[in-house]
Amino acid sequence: MLTDSQIERYSRHIILKEVGGKGQQKLFDGRVLIIGAGGLGAPIALYLAAAGVGTIGIADADDVDLSNLQRQVIHFTPDIGTPKVESARRKMQAINPDVKVITYKEWITAANITAIIADYDFIIDGTDNFAAKFLINDACVLAGKPYSHGGILQFDGQTITVTPGESACYRCIFPEPPPKDAIPTCSQAGVIGVLPGVIGTIQATEAIKYLLGKGDLLTDRLLTYSALRMKFREVPLKRKASCPVCGDNPTITEAKDELDAFTVCDLEGA
Amino acid sequence: MKITINGKEMLLVENSARTIDSLLEELDVSQRLYVTVELNGDILDRPTHETTPVAEGDVIEFLYFMGGGSSHVD
Repeated sequence: MLTDSQIERYSRHIILKEVGGKGQQKLFDGRVLIIGAGGLGAPIALYLAAAGVGTIGIADADDVDLSNLQRQVIHFTPDIGTPKVESARRKMQAINPDVKVITYKEWITAANITAIIADYDFIIDGTDNFAAKFLINDACVLAGKPYSHGGILQFDGQTITVTPGESACYRCIFPEPPPKDAIPTCSQAGVIGVLPGVIGTIQATEAIKYLLGKGDLLTDRLLTYSALRMKFREVPLKRKASCPVCGDNPTITEAKDELDAFTVCDLEGA
Repeated sequence: MKITINGKEMLLVENSARTIDSLLEELDVSQRLYVTVELNGDILDRPTHETTPVAEGDVIEFLYFMGGGSSHVD
């Protein structure tokens, strides 16, 4: 049951017919895991906390760095040197003390992902590297966990929601990761600071809609965004029978680390 | 030849030998070796790029890898 102060806090939600008191309770009972407390994770964590998602997990092994602050809006200047998950947790609980934040100060790997995602209803990929993106896809597909994929580079972003067994997954689009160093990263190629705000906020919207059970998820369509041209486009997709993880004859049957793709930002800086 | 690429109509010189692979080269598409190509709603298996012809009216999407998000090294 919502308290009087919660009814006031969430009043703008509650008056929406798609939410109401019941929907707000669903958000409060909901459990969402955010992997990555960086550019994408920042707006996702802030909005999900503000929305009253009851349990939010956030995973990242990194500490806040000065160069993060141009876009990772959950971290402030005095947080430099602090673990990102701790910095994020403080802001989320300052926004909304109702929310339970569970922090994982570790990189998500094949060794820990299956156990961690098991505790959540919806997973959000806010990572920067393809090893993690493919691992999250595979683990979520194999565990039947719906998740939101997000990617950003320079002025462009893309996002898709995957409901395993029902809609196209990341490997239906990209069967395998690009070779090491083939694709520039944000730290190499740059990223306009507002971009993860746009894409991350869409990912958070998907999590909220999923918990509410309302509307249409961003499934079987890749949403692409060009900030320079200020254009959104939707590319219709469908599941691929030859997909190595969700296809008819899957070759990937357990979550494993994509060692070749373990590249972009993680190993050299670890 | 008129085709649509990522939502934009393009007029290309007639070339009956044009394949998806040669189109990627002709247009100097970024991530050429890794880009995913969707042709008329179906994602192509990469090995078929060299043998799949490009035809009048084709609707083609280039889907690019994008990383981003939390950055471990800055």
